[in-house]
Amino acid sequence: MTNATSFDDTPEPAPLELLFEQRFAARLEVLKKVRASVLAGARHCGFGEADARDIVLALDEACKNILVHAYRNDEDGEIVLAVFRCQAGMVLLLRDFAPPMDPTGIKPRDLSDVRPGQLGTHFIHSIMDSVEYEPAPDGQGNLLRLMKRLE
Amino acid sequence: MRDEVSEIDGKVVVKLSGDVDLEHCTVVRGLLLDAVSHGKDLLVDLSGVSYLDSSGIASLVEALQIAARNGTALKLFSASAQAMRVFELARLDKVFAIHPDLDAALAS
Repeated sequence: MTNATSFDDTPEPAPLELLFEQRFAARLEVLKKVRASVLAGARHCGFGEADARDIVLALDEACKNILVHAYRNDEDGEIVLAVFRCQAGMVLLLRDFAPPMDPTGIKPRDLSDVRPGQLGTHFIHSIMDSVEYEPAPDGQGNLLRLMKRLE
Repeated sequence: MRDEVSEIDGKVVVKLSGDVDLEHCTVVRGLLLDAVSHGKDLLVDLSGVSYLDSSGIASLVEALQIAARNGTALKLFSASAQAMRVFELARLDKVFAIHPDLDAALAS
């Protein structure tokens, strides 16, 4: 365990313990391994199986949003994921290096309209207790901060 | 993933397996849209699904809408706890007919 991360410039008032940091290609075929890492991390933080799988789904959907909307399926892109344990639960920082997105345009859609697609952002907001788009440390790319509290 | 299509009592039964997610949604979507085009009721076996995401749900919603337009039924059965959770999150657990097993889906 170490506290040295590539997110060191990120303001963070609460003490966090870094569980792991992964840098991976923005490609669909790597996400299964990422999901397995996050599942293990969530269990390590004390989450039960249902909550741990929820966190995996939220993180997975956030990664897919990056692949499709930020990188526009450009497989040369990279994503950095840092997973932290804190007293209240779990924090995940997800960073990409794509052109900055407008966070105000990333909103869950109305679910009363039953149609295919655009459910991922709704899942993220439904599952996580906090979803914040923050400035990337060096002004490049996008940084998403997800937080889930232990019940 | 390894999907299977069969016919039971005049209904098409599609068994989905593995990760039904964005990586595999092209295959899953093609399979479901082909199956629903036969003009028969479609039963989708989710017992082999290890992971379901919003893309997998999107393929199922699209097939459901086509079935409704065709006047046929699309029913799901044997969904895992993870899959049921995704339907609940999407508030689609009451939109889809979801049965505990094949017998219940056939009898409904």
